[in-house]
Amino acid sequence: MTGANDGGCWVYAERQGDSFLSVSLELLGKARELADRLGGELTALTVGGNSGAGAPLRRYGPDHVLELTHPLLATYDAKAYATAIGAELSKSKPSALLLGATRNGQDLAGRLAVRMRTGLTAHVTGIELDDRQNLVGWVPGFGGGIEAGVSCPVRRPQMVTVRPGVFPLPEGRTPTGDVREVVPELSEKDLGSRRVSFEVKGSSVDLTRAGVIVVGGRGTGGDFTRLEKLARLLGGEVGATRIATDAGWVERDRMIGQTGVITHPKLVLVLGASGAVQFTVGIDRASTVVAVNRDPSAPIFDHADLGIVGDLGPVVDSLLRALEA
Amino acid sequence: MRIVVCLKVVPRPEEVKVNLESKTLDRAGARSVLNPADVNALETALAFRDTVGGKVTVLSMGPPQFEPYLRVAPAVGADEAVLLSDRAFGGADTLATSYTLATAIGKIGGADLIVCGEESSDGGTSQVPPSIAEWLDASQATYVERIVSGKSAATVLATRVLENGKETVELDLPAVVSVVVGANEPRFIDYDRWAFAQSASVKVLDFAALGGDPQYLGLKGSPTTVAGLREVRKPGRRREVLTVTADDAAARIKAEIERAGLVRN
Ligand SMILES: Cc1cc2nc3c(=O)[nH]c(=O)nc-3n(C[C@H](O)[C@H](O)[C@H](O)COP(=O)(O)OP(=O)(O)OC[C@H]3O[C@@H](n4cnc5c(N)ncnc54)[C@H](O)[C@@H]3O)c2cc1C
Ligand SMILES: Cc1cc2nc3c(=O)[nH]c(=O)nc-3n(C[C@H](O)[C@H](O)[C@H](O)COP(=O)(O)OP(=O)(O)OC[C@H]3O[C@@H](n4cnc5c(N)ncnc54)[C@H](O)[C@@H]3O)c2cc1C
Repeated sequence: MTGANDGGCWVYAERQGDSFLSVSLELLGKARELADRLGGELTALTVGGNSGAGAPLRRYGPDHVLELTHPLLATYDAKAYATAIGAELSKSKPSALLLGATRNGQDLAGRLAVRMRTGLTAHVTGIELDDRQNLVGWVPGFGGGIEAGVSCPVRRPQMVTVRPGVFPLPEGRTPTGDVREVVPELSEKDLGSRRVSFEVKGSSVDLTRAGVIVVGGRGTGGDFTRLEKLARLLGGEVGATRIATDAGWVERDRMIGQTGVITHPKLVLVLGASGAVQFTVGIDRASTVVAVNRDPSAPIFDHADLGIVGDLGPVVDSLLRALEA
Repeated sequence: MRIVVCLKVVPRPEEVKVNLESKTLDRAGARSVLNPADVNALETALAFRDTVGGKVTVLSMGPPQFEPYLRVAPAVGADEAVLLSDRAFGGADTLATSYTLATAIGKIGGADLIVCGEESSDGGTSQVPPSIAEWLDASQATYVERIVSGKSAATVLATRVLENGKETVELDLPAVVSVVVGANEPRFIDYDRWAFAQSASVKVLDFAALGGDPQYLGLKGSPTTVAGLREVRKPGRRREVLTVTADDAAARIKAEIERAGLVRN
């Protein structure tokens, strides 16, 4: 027995304030292609406090935009969101639902999958179709060293969360599709949590689109000023290992790796990072990797085109001089 | 406060290999450890219990070989350890794993707060905690770095680490939280404590003791299937490693930058 695959593809389009996350637009691009191959329709789903927010999604090729709006949905709560979305999924029975593997995306997906009693394929780095037209998602495991191809042949919807930056960001086009608003029935008791405060962290930077990244690890000792200067000279961005972001040396959205972002720059310069597998999955798609580490046996050198054994301080100083000359 | 901590025992990630012929994982050569995030989850639970009072039970699903790892928990102050072990639980995906853990939580008397790690270092899906919450109709907060008491005994305040900042939510109990790696300084891993740990007992529950609906357990209860396995291809790097002066290093790096077409000369 296998599940139907022509019931349409849904994408959960996640918002931050008024704008949609790039990963959601990336998914609309990919899901358009999947829906066409499977002979179904593409629905972009968005959830929030007020109506009208879904219109910009029409530029990314959907057949339908579905807005679930309710004052209690103004800030994210897993329980209320799962209740609102679950009801629509039960009515429309799509074949697939794709979500961005953001923290809230994964938080929601885990809950929703149980509500729908269906399978959920986690934070994939690629999606293929098998010979029965089921989605196969490639799931990184063991810190990113191994990937499993995971599918959900029988239950529907097939749920998949996808890492940011895996699929290209589609260009906005002439709007398509209708917009339908649904106001779910919700009351206070449907909420499991209420936001008390939100402390916004630094600038928001999208390292998945950077052409050059200068990465600092624990070996920088926390001083990122010269790394920032270097990044500026190269027209790039500063990135960091989890050790460095956890220590608060740079903003968290500069974290690269399994928990952070998967990058694909032309060049990445890695300074004082050991090369843990959870980190290297985030740089292995770069065209060129250069690493500086004082430990000749550091695993990072296996992931580098050019490795320099030595103290990063003097190397960075010399490099700044050479580039400014 | 009744607190349950979900602890997973995992192989060291770098010691697991894929057998490319059979397309299966070779975990036999890998040593096991407590999942790193779960060590922080346990510390979160113990510290919270120490302020509000109550009982901490650690809960794990896995083969009988996991038992010694769970003994660490009573040794550092957990009140009870339970291992769910039965062939019927094997081959579980996150739907079945979360069902089994949720059923066990009910079986051992329920919980006000269930504390998990953010993700395991093997499967690493991070789906189990929100899934447990749904099975139990509990509220949830994932990627949490801190929990403190709420205004009333029916809530806690949880601070979540999100991509763009930190969100603090008032969370209704019962609730499931998942704790980020590095959220705190765990009170062990001091292997001298193994001596105490040997005397602690771990309660083992099998299918007969757990009960539950067999259609949701193990392989049978798992809607996902693994269609293939692959080692993530390491890109073909040049791997040229040099020990040179800082100036020479800078010149070589600059050449690399120019080669990548990034600098106008
Ligand atoms: C569930 C989970 C998820 C994770 N996700 C991520 C993730 O997304 N991203 C991530 O980065 N990590 C992640 N980690 C953590 C990861 O395992 C490593 O701990 C981390 O990447 C190490 O950071 P580091 O290389 O900066 O520090 P270390 O491993 O401490 O390495 C520092 C390096 O700097 C070198 N060094 C020190 N001083 C100097 C100097 N003066 N000059 C030159 N070299 C010097 C040292 O030789 C050493 O190799 C995760 C871990 C877990 C358990
Ligand atoms: C490479 C790989 C990819 C996989 N991909 C998928 C997939 O896409 N979809 C899917 O459904 N399954 C997948 N699985 C199977 C999945 O790993 C198992 O279901 C596993 O039992 C639980 O999931 P997890 O390890 O991802 O846990 P996570 O959800 O990452 O774990 C989070 C927390 O839940 C708790 N927890 C998890 N498991 C246990 C346990 N056994 N005992 C006690 N506490 C626990 C711990 O507190 C842990 O820190 C995959 C497995 C591998 C090896």
